[in-house]
Amino acid sequence: MSDPEILSVLRPDGTADPAHDPGLSDPEMLSLYRHMVLLRAFDEKAVALQRSGRIGFFVPSTGQEACSIGAGHAVCEGDWIFPAYRDHGVGLMRGYPLAAMVGQILGNTSDATRGRQMPNHWCDRAIHLVSVSSPVATQLPHAVGAAYAAKLRGERIAVLTTFGDGGTSTGDFHAAMNFTGVFRLPVVFFCENNRYAISVPVEHQTATGTLAEKARAYGLPGVRVDGNDVLAIRKAVGDAMDRARAGEGGTLIEALTYRMGPHSTSDDPTVYRSDEEVSAWREKDPIRRFAAFLKGRAVLADPAAEEASARETVRKAVETAESAPAVPLSSMFEDVYSEIPWHLAEQRDSLLSGKG
Amino acid sequence: MAEVTLIKAINDALATEMTRDPSVCVLGEDVGLDGGVFRATEGLLKRFGPGRVVDTPLNEVGIVGMSIGMAMNGLRPVAEIEFSDFIYPAFDQIVSEMSKMRYRSAGQFTAAVVLRAPSGGGVRGGHYHSQSPEAYYIHTAGLVVVMPSTPADAKGLLSSAIRGEDPVIFLEPKALYRTVKGEVPQGEYLVPLGVGRIVRPGDDLTLIAWGAMVPVAEKAAAAAASEGVGVEIIDPRTLWPLDIEMIESSVRRTGRAVVLHEAPRTCGFGAEISALIQERCFLHLKAPVGRVTGFDTPFPYALEKSYLPDPERTLRAIRASMAF
Ligand SMILES: Cc1ncc(C[n+]2csc(CCOP(=O)(O)OP(=O)(O)O)c2C)c(N)n1
Repeated sequence: MSDPEILSVLRPDGTADPAHDPGLSDPEMLSLYRHMVLLRAFDEKAVALQRSGRIGFFVPSTGQEACSIGAGHAVCEGDWIFPAYRDHGVGLMRGYPLAAMVGQILGNTSDATRGRQMPNHWCDRAIHLVSVSSPVATQLPHAVGAAYAAKLRGERIAVLTTFGDGGTSTGDFHAAMNFTGVFRLPVVFFCENNRYAISVPVEHQTATGTLAEKARAYGLPGVRVDGNDVLAIRKAVGDAMDRARAGEGGTLIEALTYRMGPHSTSDDPTVYRSDEEVSAWREKDPIRRFAAFLKGRAVLADPAAEEASARETVRKAVETAESAPAVPLSSMFEDVYSEIPWHLAEQRDSLLSGKG
Repeated sequence: MAEVTLIKAINDALATEMTRDPSVCVLGEDVGLDGGVFRATEGLLKRFGPGRVVDTPLNEVGIVGMSIGMAMNGLRPVAEIEFSDFIYPAFDQIVSEMSKMRYRSAGQFTAAVVLRAPSGGGVRGGHYHSQSPEAYYIHTAGLVVVMPSTPADAKGLLSSAIRGEDPVIFLEPKALYRTVKGEVPQGEYLVPLGVGRIVRPGDDLTLIAWGAMVPVAEKAAAAAASEGVGVEIIDPRTLWPLDIEMIESSVRRTGRAVVLHEAPRTCGFGAEISALIQERCFLHLKAPVGRVTGFDTPFPYALEKSYLPDPERTLRAIRASMAF
């Protein structure tokens, strides 16, 4: 694999490389850390809920917290986010409340989207967090359109869209990159190269040495970054978002990371990857790495206490959300159209009256 | 004969056909090492090697388009799409290319591809893992559309599809993958395409159902029997071209028909079957043709049990027809 420079900030000795340090304040860094810990606690709880049959499915992001949280922190008010199903951390970082996430995975009346979609498919218009779709990479051209609209109105905003290495194989990826280059749009393509699309390794998605180099073909800069280094992610995505807001166009960022758990709760990763590979990456755990740095700077006192408190926060959120009632039957027929047409009204009435 | 699950029967058909004919290849996302997301291709990579069991990049256009070229040049590709909901990026390749290759080249080229895709709801998959898209493909000239409901049919129909000369959309009811078991003949086994199956004989009403709705139909028919109504269940197995003769002769005898499917009602395949019955059996009908279907909404996650037709809803349609 050819290896152009990989942006990295957190050094093995627990210090930060001053050349690329994004220069966050201590409270900001502590907030990044706490969100990473909260994200992991949420993922662990959600997987446990699935295993005990209380939710149907879940896609964990364990191992990729630096990507989600670092990128999420680079998003400013007014920016838009078009995430993939694994990037709930971006929303969490942007203020999408934990309670709303828990509600969504349960799919009862505590879900703002009314139990319509599987877990991991959230959205919140207020923070420009766009509805997640299951088909891979369909959100990328949407990000382009939102960026175009903003540019047309003269808004100085950036659009962040996230996806995996498998996503770069799709037609949607190529269409979106090409349009972004041609129209010089403020879109940041954040690819989390976690090395696998379910079982298929990245070498099977592309014959190029890097994913970042694909940017060249569309007239965009391509950047590689250490995906387990939250400060490096913050720096790379922050710079790209700044460039986009300044009217200088889009960027493709390839973050080199690893999903430590399964692809989803339906997946058995032992079929396609070795224990050695997984444990080598476990050593690079993004949360532990950041904790070491923060401890060195005396910003963080007790990681174990932080983790316990995150777990407790999640437990409470689940307890509250689980007590909400089921979504009403009639809601199935709402929001299909702006107004309920005759055929849906008929179908609804027959279902509710038990005659259908 | 051994009792196996429907998914195992599909695996068996693939292995049997690959052994019989070296031009049969399997391709798709995760079909190799992982054995497919539902394990339909488990063990094939080991037996037949990476030349014939191909993990592709994540691109449905590529999978379908490449399969078409493989078929035009002497191979027999069986492509897996992980969920029928993810075929749409390749829709153009299917409806404009694969389906029309024979017609537009006056038979010089054909695209005998088998596209396998898990379909339908009932597994808490939300709308991106639950849709029933058969009507789109039935509406497209040149495609054969198949949906098995038993392990033996899954093996026999898939084997026939692989040997056939036409492109086949092979929709697998994922809700039945591991919930039904049945006897499956070992070795080569064919169920002809285009021939339906009488699931249960009866004299009072014809109930037409396919895929995961067949077990629902059976429950409803059992309940109707206890009310003295003899329901004949027909599973067309090949949805298109349809075994219209089997349906026609049944409806002429019973005088009543209900179509049961989980796809949305409007322009669903039930509408076509209902029109066919009306055209061909009008003077024999004692009641309008009934339809029990999914609703015209996107497939809902939390309310999927209410969305999917169940034996009670089916029984109500049977009663309504009887009481007409
Ligand atoms: C168009 C499409 N095809 C297939 C799938 C099934 N599928 C779900 S996730 C996935 C792998 C995606 O991998 P990647 O893009 O690398 O993202 P990651 O899951 O690694 O974050 C596949 C093949 C899908 N969701 N959409």
